Amino acid sequence: MVDIAERAPRERGSLLTNPLARSIFIQATLLVLVIGAGWYFYENARANLAAQRIATGLGFWNNTAGFGISQTLIPYSETSTYGRAFVVGLLNTLLVAGLGIVFATALGFLVGVARLSKNWLIAKVAEVYVEVIRNLPLLFQILFWYLAVLSTLPSPRQSFSFFGLAFVNNRGLVVPEPIFNEGSGAVGIAFLAGLALAVIVRYWARARQMRTGQIYPAGRTALALIFGLPLLVYLVLGAPIRFDLPELKGLNFSTGLRIIPEFIALLLALSTYTAAFIAEIVRAGILAVNKGQTEAAYSLGLPPGLTLRLVVVPQALRVIIPPLTSQYLNLTKNSSLAVAIGYPDFFALFAGTTLNQTGQAIEIIALTMAVYLAISLITSGLMNFYNRRVALVER
Amino acid sequence: MKRFASMLALGLVVCAQSASGQTLKAVTDRGMLNCGANGTLAGFGLPDAQGKWTGLDVDVCRAVAAAIFNDANKVKFVPLSAKDRFTALQSGEVDVLVRNTTWTSSRDTSLGLNFTGVDYYDGQGFMVRKALKVNSALELGDASVCVQQGTTTELNLADFFHAHNMKLKTVTFATANEAVKAYDAGRCDAYTTDASGLYAERLRLANSNDHIVLPEIISKEPLGPAVRHGDDQWFDVVKWTLFALINAEDLGITKGNVDEMMKSPSPEIRRVLGLEGNSGESLGLTNDWVVRIVKAVGNYGEMFENDVGANSPLKIERGLNKLWSKGGLQYAPPIR
Amino acid sequence: MSDIAAEAGIGPFVRRELLAANLPPPAKRGLIGWAREHLISGPFNITMTILSVLLILLIVPPLVRFMLIDAVWTGDNREACVNASGACWPFVKAKFGQFIYGFYPIAERWRPNAVFALGALLLAPLLIPRAPFKRLNAILFFGVFPIVAFVLLTGGNFSLFQFIIGRIVPLAYFVGPPWEIMGLTASFWLDYLISSVLIVSLTAAIAHFLGGNPRAVARMASLLLFLLGLALLACDFDFGLVPVETPAWGGLLVTLVVAVTGIVVSLPLGILLALGRRSELPAVKAFSIVFIEFWRGVPLITVLFFATYMLPLFLPGGLSINGLLRALIGVALFAAAYMAEVVRGGLQAIPKGQYEGAAALGLGYWQTMGQVVLPQALTLVIPGIVNTFIGLFKDTTLVLIVAIFDFLGQIRAAFTDPNWSTSTTLFTGFAFGAVVYFIFCFSMSRYSMFVERRLSAGKRH
Repeated sequence: MVDIAERAPRERGSLLTNPLARSIFIQATLLVLVIGAGWYFYENARANLAAQRIATGLGFWNNTAGFGISQTLIPYSETSTYGRAFVVGLLNTLLVAGLGIVFATALGFLVGVARLSKNWLIAKVAEVYVEVIRNLPLLFQILFWYLAVLSTLPSPRQSFSFFGLAFVNNRGLVVPEPIFNEGSGAVGIAFLAGLALAVIVRYWARARQMRTGQIYPAGRTALALIFGLPLLVYLVLGAPIRFDLPELKGLNFSTGLRIIPEFIALLLALSTYTAAFIAEIVRAGILAVNKGQTEAAYSLGLPPGLTLRLVVVPQALRVIIPPLTSQYLNLTKNSSLAVAIGYPDFFALFAGTTLNQTGQAIEIIALTMAVYLAISLITSGLMNFYNRRVALVER
Repeated sequence: MKRFASMLALGLVVCAQSASGQTLKAVTDRGMLNCGANGTLAGFGLPDAQGKWTGLDVDVCRAVAAAIFNDANKVKFVPLSAKDRFTALQSGEVDVLVRNTTWTSSRDTSLGLNFTGVDYYDGQGFMVRKALKVNSALELGDASVCVQQGTTTELNLADFFHAHNMKLKTVTFATANEAVKAYDAGRCDAYTTDASGLYAERLRLANSNDHIVLPEIISKEPLGPAVRHGDDQWFDVVKWTLFALINAEDLGITKGNVDEMMKSPSPEIRRVLGLEGNSGESLGLTNDWVVRIVKAVGNYGEMFENDVGANSPLKIERGLNKLWSKGGLQYAPPIR
Repeated sequence: MSDIAAEAGIGPFVRRELLAANLPPPAKRGLIGWAREHLISGPFNITMTILSVLLILLIVPPLVRFMLIDAVWTGDNREACVNASGACWPFVKAKFGQFIYGFYPIAERWRPNAVFALGALLLAPLLIPRAPFKRLNAILFFGVFPIVAFVLLTGGNFSLFQFIIGRIVPLAYFVGPPWEIMGLTASFWLDYLISSVLIVSLTAAIAHFLGGNPRAVARMASLLLFLLGLALLACDFDFGLVPVETPAWGGLLVTLVVAVTGIVVSLPLGILLALGRRSELPAVKAFSIVFIEFWRGVPLITVLFFATYMLPLFLPGGLSINGLLRALIGVALFAAAYMAEVVRGGLQAIPKGQYEGAAALGLGYWQTMGQVVLPQALTLVIPGIVNTFIGLFKDTTLVLIVAIFDFLGQIRAAFTDPNWSTSTTLFTGFAFGAVVYFIFCFSMSRYSMFVERRLSAGKRH
């Protein structure tokens, strides 16, 4: 008894075994380390910048950029500012990422379903596609599409012509350029109105079906509304949108909308590469739906098409959406590889050219990272929102 | 031979070089000069398959090494792209940057570096296909032009087209290699860079004879070595090495005759060769520094002819780079 | 009744004559049956088959013709290939050394070869589940191999000046001029010995003060310092190897160095981050989450730019870090964030009972993790780790954007060689690159599937 009583206080005195003390100690150490490292880096950076007289701050933002950009979605000239170049680059990134997501999803679903096809040949073709594309580096594929395909294309004067409407040459793809005259706005409004009406029709049809059991062809009506309405307005207003056909003049095509080869190569590589991953996700998602579900749907008398649409896909989507989100994020981040082939995306313009012209590495790379981080967070936020909507409602 | 220990695991064992102000001492202690060079530009900086470097810029580094160590081979060449060259100099990865870099006010003042002189007076030009039947840069309106990112070239190009009210389609690439490759593949009508670079790159095209360099020079491109800002002693060493090369040519001191020249009675030559005065010691070197330099790489004129001039595949005329006494711009303050 | 019926001839219906035999059901077996079911079972299916055949015809014959039939196999320069319509294999042969080693000196190429061989020799038994001595093997591969490879590839014999005490006390002054024996710097090793003794006694003293076990702590500290000393010794010792600077490295060598370093460094870092993310300490958890999500949210190329252009400004003036090392730091941090998420998946799959069981046995946090949870979790995520490695292997190509010439970089650099500029050079280079990358990545992904099947086989009863 005496022994134990004597030993007890000594054990209580051991700080090493006290959970609270330990937790505080570990966290304090981490905090000190992080703050210390931060301060150390800050001090070094400050000293280096001062010693080498490197400018700091975002003062360059309103300076004249003075370089040309090969693809601009908003007006930009050599006399525009760095700030405007920033926006131009951001829009170019969003354009290629947005289109890439659309194409990759479409192709990915197609290939994913093809891999499960009963047709042996198409399943094998899809499998080979997935395996080959997944196992080659993306940068390799981008360079291939750019260098190899570009080198086989003819010069502008010998362009491949598609019925005189579009031309392909080593300067890219030239397509008729829409010229918006007065009244074009109305066509746009009609398009939006058609879209809104289609959504309303769909809700109405759904409600009516719930009430009466009758099916209304909402899909066809929606198509008619979305495309018919603008067309009607277009014709009524006397064709306000004109298309300028590409025309060869001097060295290049002077009219027509020119899509630069860098954009095409990047878009092609990004979509085909990501599609291979999406195909695997889709396949796994469909396989995850119990076969009993399909059988039950058939026994209820649902035809295969409706079974797929109403039974299989909604359940597969729950499995598909989370990994699909990360593929979308990957695609967006991978679009920065544009710098390897000279597509003027955000990274190439800002972390490339602007960094070089101003020499302010810290501000520019920090801003670049922040922008990509923001794009990532917004994309995953949207996808999480959608995911919550399709998720199984637990009752 | 002991080498730099840039770091080992855990960052415990770091051999930090002395901070600014002591580059010369750091180089001497290390026994090796770190020189940032081009790596892909024939005539200025290009390693061959065995890793032996040749070029005018490269020879300037060799001259600096010869002045310090009396051994022109004590140089480690670090190939740099246009993009990472300034960072490499700022961070101390290289001691001197000789990478056909244009001397401009903003680089001199806000990038933390100092230019020590001009080893090649250049200007920007254009190369086009002969088949295009274009004879002047002014006919390039609406043309696509391939250009390298992060260079003065990119800005001059935009200025030129803007000034002449021509429409420009720039296609920008991260490296000169990519830009040339794209031009060769037909992506652009013209390729633009410094005129010397045009001659060098033309040699590497699939069919060099199908291309011509247009006569217009649209900019001033004084190319020269740069060092970090804030180390005056080192700045002086590199600056005067370049001046020594030009002075040697001025006085007719060549690689072949430098030993004979030691016997020359001319006080000027005797001063340059360190037989009188103490020009070397005041730089922190030995007084025979010019002798070492000339024995290692020859004088400026010899370097020029061997690397870019008549004795090289490039065969560039000396033009602006003639000595001041022969109607050119190369002029060095006297050594005395 | 029956009689009457029989007489009337209308009895129960009984067939008197044999019915004509039915056609046999469509064969389900055999080539024809298989083809019928899988290729032409309906109009849609037939269309699909025709489309596939067209697609195959469009791609395969030209590919075979390019790679084999029309290809040029011998020659020394572009003359051999200038009129060929197929692949120019002499180009690959001429540039092969560059593709694999970059500008690594030809006389020294046995060193990367030795590293490749040693790596393969150590890796193979590690990957075969049945091979014995896993623990020893893992220690050799993850602990010893990197140091051997490092010394072999760089040439070793680094100058070490100060350890810890040497930074405060100018020891070199007491030892005299920095004299060396077999490449070992005396002042450094004196510094190392004094510092080690100090560190060991200091940690023991702290442990004693806090009521821990000073002897155990001292033993642990000495062991760690001893291992560190061995590694430093290997780097300092003069093996008589010619030094090869990293700018001379290139090709597949760099690709493998970056990928393997990335994975070896990122695995322990990733485990720590994953544990941190599941920690109950709010500061640790927050730090881990921010770290992981930050690196996962930005593209690798910005990380490489960060490491190449920004990192130097954050280090003390005059301290320069080798360009390859900078890229390695970037890749390792980036990979660690992804690895952390993979490991976290494994940790989440461990049932709560395991933690409770460990707690019931009286195990502490590190014991629980090290002895119970991690061994199970890591086995579970081997496929994930291999997949991360495949991703990393493919992502190493990005270093070419920061002017490090990996395998792809060397291929691309070779395109600009005027001695080999023909119309098929480009395609030949891409074809060769595709084959090499495919072999590496495909075999790794098959291995990961194999492990996955093996793991799930254990769960099936």
